[in-house]
Amino acid sequence: MVELETIDIEIRLLLEGIFIRYGADFRDYSPASVRRRVVLAMEKGGIPSVSQLQERVLARPEAFDSLLQFLLVPTSEMFRDPSYFRTIRETVVPLLKTYPSLKIWVAGCSNGEELYSLAILLREEGLLEKTILYATDINPKALERAKNGIYPIDLAPKFTDNYQKAGGRAAFSDYYRAGYGSIILDASLRTNVVFADHSLATDNVFAEIQFISCRNVLIYFNRKLQDRSFRLFADSLGFRGFLGIGSKETLRFSNVYPEFEEFAAVERIYRKRRAV
Amino acid sequence: MNAKFLAARFDLIAIGCSAGGFDLLNDLLPRLPADFPAAIAVVIHIAPASRNGIVEVLAPKCRLPLKEAEDKELVRPATIYFAPPGYHLLVEPDRRFTLSVDEPVNYSRPSIDVLFESAAIAYRERLLGILLSGANSDGAAGLQSIRNLKGKIFVQDPKEATHPEMPRAALDLGPADAVVSLEDLYRFVGGSALG
Repeated sequence: MVELETIDIEIRLLLEGIFIRYGADFRDYSPASVRRRVVLAMEKGGIPSVSQLQERVLARPEAFDSLLQFLLVPTSEMFRDPSYFRTIRETVVPLLKTYPSLKIWVAGCSNGEELYSLAILLREEGLLEKTILYATDINPKALERAKNGIYPIDLAPKFTDNYQKAGGRAAFSDYYRAGYGSIILDASLRTNVVFADHSLATDNVFAEIQFISCRNVLIYFNRKLQDRSFRLFADSLGFRGFLGIGSKETLRFSNVYPEFEEFAAVERIYRKRRAV
Repeated sequence: MNAKFLAARFDLIAIGCSAGGFDLLNDLLPRLPADFPAAIAVVIHIAPASRNGIVEVLAPKCRLPLKEAEDKELVRPATIYFAPPGYHLLVEPDRRFTLSVDEPVNYSRPSIDVLFESAAIAYRERLLGILLSGANSDGAAGLQSIRNLKGKIFVQDPKEATHPEMPRAALDLGPADAVVSLEDLYRFVGGSALG
């Protein structure tokens, strides 16, 4: 019993230390998920206690960087939940086409699967040229992978299947070339992409956005940080802007809920109401 | 405390199953009376494509409300929650659900171990873990976490399970508080003590 209560105290101290030392703020992440990830990092690294982990992390930036890879889990796929992208294509895109230029934000882009999925969709709809895509994350390694747009080739069948279910107009293979056991995505897809370090926990509005996609990111936060993120999204969206979140997430419990309408309820795509 | 129910000793009953599990749940959950005292959280291994299918089939048959668990939803008594396909289901120390898309555990997402381990921390001696039929070894480690934190664990008698591998793997890893037959489970959900 004592051991287990100690570990929770130690994890709080670890997160506080990381915030003071590196400015990365995990203090309002979901305690159950963080604990699970920290324990995994300790097991993989053969580190016997959180205190020892803390000592290493605070002393050596490389140790922090490797812990970061445990705390931030990149497990997405291209066109994950194909119906989300199909709905964007069928119901959001026609409205986006009425804008002279667009800004789209993929918040918590991780390795970039969601970013490139949107870029392909926008290209097929003739919107990519007039769009600036912001792809943000707090994990420098993930941002690097997102910039490279290279994924293991064994994922290609899944991506292809998703692409087709998402209503893709061409062949998914048109967007990559294979090599060295990888698929290398067409670099022209990221011509208009701005990759940036941005934290939903500590950073603020940086542009006026028409569409924000942030799926399966906020589930790792506690309700306080979820609220902060939703506030940030509401403030970042321009007039009648769109917000897409994960299919198992909801805006319903958030303070900003009254500022939005459910645009595509099943796919959890919300639209900002006219200001009252 | 409701003396009628053994289940009243617990705030949460966490159930894990895989192959063969659906038929059992379909048999057991509709037997739960409306005054059943505890919350129930279920992880069953199913393909992400079959989203909501189980909830849609079982909900109309049950007297207790049965739904997919939502992220950060408060765990309420007398309610049956299912892990959404494709997501791990965890319980926070403040007894709210949390979802995660962490990598699969034991090739499974949702994973029974992930639910059991997090619920063990949140509920300790107020948790009962039940592992039913299945053809893999998910849940075995999670049951031991529950035991280590003073919760109770039931394992379906492998002789009765349509797929005995999962209950057997659990019993290989450590003892259960009870190895339960289907009759035991009927009595348990119906309200009386184990026979």
